Amino acid sequence: MKTTSDDPEPLAEAPPLEVREAQEQRLLKAWKAPTSWRYWSAVNNTEVGLWYTVATLCFFLFGGVLALLMRVQLAVPGNTFLTADQYNQVFTMHGSVMMFLFAVPIFEAFSILVLPQMLGARDLPFPRLSAYGFYSFVIGGVFVCGSIFFDAAPKGGWFMYPPLSSSYQPGIGADIWLLGLSFIEIASIAAAIELIVGVLKCRPPGMRINLIPLYSWYILVVAGMILFAFPPLITGDILLEMERAFDWPFFDPARGGDPLLWQHLFWIFGHPEVYIVFLPSVALMAMIVPTFAKTPIVGYSWVVLSAVGTGFLSFGLWVHHMFTTGLPGISIGIFSAASQAVAIPTGIQIFCFLATLVVGRVTKSVCLLFVFAGLATFILGGLTGVMVAVAPFDFQAHDTYFIVGHLHYVLIGGTIFPIMAAFYYFFPLFKGKKLSERIGTVVFWLVFVGFNVGFFPMHISGLLGMPRRVFTYPADLGFDTLNLISTIGAFILASGFVLFVFDVLRPRKNQPLSKRNPWNAGTLEWLAEMPDKPWGVRSIPEIDSRYPLWDQPNFMRDVDEGRFYLPDAEEEMRETLVTSVIDARPIQCLRVAGPTFLPMIAAIFTGGFFIFATYHWWIPAIISAVFAIATILTWAWTGTAIIPEKETKDVGLGLSLPLYVSGPDAVGWWAMFITMTADITAFVSLIFGYFFYWTIHEDFPPENSTGPGVFWPVSGMCLLLVSYGLTLLSRRWNSLNNSTGYYAALTSASILSIVGATCLLAGPWSTNMDPTAHVYPAIVWVLVGWTALHVALGVIMQWYCLARRAAGKMTARYDADIVNVSLYWNFLALTIVMTVGVIAGFPLVA
Amino acid sequence: MNSTTEIENQNLPEEEDPLWLIFMPPLTWAVHFMACYLTAAIWCAKFSDTSAHFATVRIAIAIYTAVALAIIGGIGGYGFLQHRHITGKTPHDDDTPLDRHRFLGFATFLLALLSAIATIFVATVAVIFGSCE
Repeated sequence: MKTTSDDPEPLAEAPPLEVREAQEQRLLKAWKAPTSWRYWSAVNNTEVGLWYTVATLCFFLFGGVLALLMRVQLAVPGNTFLTADQYNQVFTMHGSVMMFLFAVPIFEAFSILVLPQMLGARDLPFPRLSAYGFYSFVIGGVFVCGSIFFDAAPKGGWFMYPPLSSSYQPGIGADIWLLGLSFIEIASIAAAIELIVGVLKCRPPGMRINLIPLYSWYILVVAGMILFAFPPLITGDILLEMERAFDWPFFDPARGGDPLLWQHLFWIFGHPEVYIVFLPSVALMAMIVPTFAKTPIVGYSWVVLSAVGTGFLSFGLWVHHMFTTGLPGISIGIFSAASQAVAIPTGIQIFCFLATLVVGRVTKSVCLLFVFAGLATFILGGLTGVMVAVAPFDFQAHDTYFIVGHLHYVLIGGTIFPIMAAFYYFFPLFKGKKLSERIGTVVFWLVFVGFNVGFFPMHISGLLGMPRRVFTYPADLGFDTLNLISTIGAFILASGFVLFVFDVLRPRKNQPLSKRNPWNAGTLEWLAEMPDKPWGVRSIPEIDSRYPLWDQPNFMRDVDEGRFYLPDAEEEMRETLVTSVIDARPIQCLRVAGPTFLPMIAAIFTGGFFIFATYHWWIPAIISAVFAIATILTWAWTGTAIIPEKETKDVGLGLSLPLYVSGPDAVGWWAMFITMTADITAFVSLIFGYFFYWTIHEDFPPENSTGPGVFWPVSGMCLLLVSYGLTLLSRRWNSLNNSTGYYAALTSASILSIVGATCLLAGPWSTNMDPTAHVYPAIVWVLVGWTALHVALGVIMQWYCLARRAAGKMTARYDADIVNVSLYWNFLALTIVMTVGVIAGFPLVA
Repeated sequence: MNSTTEIENQNLPEEEDPLWLIFMPPLTWAVHFMACYLTAAIWCAKFSDTSAHFATVRIAIAIYTAVALAIIGGIGGYGFLQHRHITGKTPHDDDTPLDRHRFLGFATFLLALLSAIATIFVATVAVIFGSCE
């Protein structure tokens, strides 16, 4: 391990004991969790991450109970335990809960909990955003799950294909799915923002990009994937809900729509999602394997290649879920080729883990048992995945139990087993005590045997022809014994989980605290004390190695004695360091937000909008949305871009850092950039819809349609682009402290925005485009509506900036608000130009 | 801990090692992939029933592939040279600008290799398929 000659070193001498104790008191006071009923106003990652993790596990157990209900029903032929309708609700909820309420959020939850520790940070940069995401997740999850107790659950399968989910389901089940899960997707995107900015900007000084824990690489990739995978589904949800609520015929072939568009949008999300749930579990293995092999990971760069490569290639697989929909053979071939190619990076990381275990000195533990089980099971699932990537085989196996077997081998092997390993590994970090190795071994064998007994026979029953999603089957087709074995296996598996939950929940009063760093790991999260302190890390260390606890001498002592950065909280405020993306050079001392109920209130009102909309109670929905916006504005006004009492702060080791930065150095700028990347992806999905209709129709736009014309859309675009220019100008005048120019430019910009958006809406309005008549007017209206809604948000932001400066909360020097709003308008300008180019320009050339 | 010589660290500021470069080869694969898919899908939807010849699609995919491989090869070669800067040793785990620089180069090179293979996989489909079906 080499380092540079100018690399900062910890203090040679520890501060005197009384100084250290005073520092610790101030740190404890700053990071203390609120008590009594105010406990629920906590926003710190240790609280929110824990609640989030517990919530996802509760949903996992709920989804597991649903699975057992299905297995009871299918245990014998002709069973009447569940009716067909109940069974449809149960299998739809099982899939939806496991994917949307467990597999994706468990990674977000766990990352919020542990990532700051891994990065030696005191917290993630937007703790209130994490809390908002958590409350949104819980409200949406309870709403969706609760529907099954009122016989109102969705029953169209976890992928909700229309027309089954549109024309054939008059109840509110599909609406609950569409709106409830859209709400939850907000939580996913919020977590993605938090985690990307956390990995890129909140690493400890010296943790260069070649030294970051592999977990962080995976999280960066997966959070990036969320930004491009979830928005197409949100777009699909909007279109399908518009069809269900307002009869806009996006998926109705009689009026020009096409159900295949939903399948495209769903699977552009759905296939990457498999990797969104798989890669974080690989990330967990990448942390666990070196610890138990007692050696650094073999092939760090190759694992990074695997993470990034898999992330990209996973977006080229979505059509392999649609091989039987009658697409041209060459299209199928292209997706089949990509489906084979993704096996390469997936395999590389597994070989790296095996190589690490081979070169190291492996210690026996329950963690490793689950890692081995995960690797073996995932490889089996991966091999059947390669089989179904071969289109002719898929034609035979499609919609049979072979697929059910395959996907459970992938998801349980690739996700659940590593998560179980991680539970045993990280449990001491949060409880200060280990789970029982003895009980854990029994748990492992019950889960492993139960899983294989439960799911392996499904491959055979599938090849024998048993279709998915049937509530029963006739006797003597060869399915009887196989299904009974599957049911027995499912209950053995469930007994393993019951024993595991018992081990987690059992009283531990007599069990001594675990020793610190109980597994002798090398990464930063194991700096944690047993039990841990709320401050995250006593002082933020300077990093010289991928495994600082192994390689940096006296590392834990130096951290504990406050010999590194930020050993104190002089102002008793919550602070952490912001560093540069590549070399983690310190650039800011960031004051992170403390406890507040605002995220919870904002989530309740946001949830109100989605829930009221489900029942088509439009007035309460709109009122709820207004309150949500007001709460979020209050939150921004009182808790963001606060002007500090001094320009810089001494963070220790002779380093003084600014307390306020704006632009690309600031975490807020990155959050806006990432949010808008997701937003523009959703918009591009709408554009994809427009051109999808053009591809499948002989005449699109239809010959007899007048379209929105050119005058109104182009007029609107011109006005909005002038508004955009004025917004940029106001940013400049603000930085020059030209107060008059700033107010004049931004006020004019907001007026022009309102007029411009009105002009855009006047296009389809003036030509009487009826969105219920045909898909063409419907898609034009959606594009215009999307743009107008974003302009409305842009206007609110312009007014916000006007008010901020007027109130003295924004100045020429402290200009983060207008800088971030200008960034928003860059993306908005792109949206405006694309919308007008498509709705007004394309009909001229089509 | 050893200190590196000054020569190892000179002229390697982090601003000249952008993270986005490592994503360029797979992004090129993605663009190539979408171009192939959209070309094939649109041609099959709009022209398969006309007298237009499928060779158009094959030629288009051949051009896309040549361009994509040239870009991936160029970036990959650049990455490889970056990895070989001063030394070619692995792993790149020193706390130095040099190893950071070389690591990013090596990651770019590996991703270029994977992207080239994946691009060829997709292009091979156009060699095998002589028509939409």
